[in-house]
Amino acid sequence: MIWVVAVFLLLGVFFGITGTIGVLRFPDVFTRLHAAAKCSTTSIFSILLACMLLKGWDPMSWRIMVIALFFLITSPVSAHIIGRSAWMRGLMPWGRKRKR
Amino acid sequence: MDIALILDAVIYCLLGVTVLSLIRVVIGPEPEDRMIGLNLTASQVLAILVLAALRLDQAIFLDVALVYAILGFVGMLAIARSMRSGEESS
Repeated sequence: MIWVVAVFLLLGVFFGITGTIGVLRFPDVFTRLHAAAKCSTTSIFSILLACMLLKGWDPMSWRIMVIALFFLITSPVSAHIIGRSAWMRGLMPWGRKRKR
Repeated sequence: MDIALILDAVIYCLLGVTVLSLIRVVIGPEPEDRMIGLNLTASQVLAILVLAALRLDQAIFLDVALVYAILGFVGMLAIARSMRSGEESS
């Protein structure tokens, strides 16, 4: 069981590092949002799943499950809010130059 | 293999990643870039809080993590709303 927990924690750290590199390196608001939203959701969900597997049947495990459900609902909503705000302000997506 | 050692290593790695993702909050050219960096930082701090709750075996950190997630979401909502209303009024 400890190996499964270690694999999930390693997966979470890997996706966290990947998302941060993407946020630092990508050229545009929308591409940065793509990297940040997907990688943060995957990373946090892997880490919370590892914590649940580590604790087993415990009251802490159910609280972690509530946190995971809340994060799984609100993270895409927050990313959509940021993207919609950037689109409404008229920022151009990175790519071929064209008028919108 | 000791589980406390693994949790310590993951907590320190996530601390480094959080500091790196704060760079985008500082240098972001657009306000949305700062919001993206703040969102990423908030989610990684949430993971650090949950891991610290398991490492120190203190269940109160999980409540702190839940309240932190709720306040982060409401704060992001408020920032987006205030930016849009400022755009319309000016």
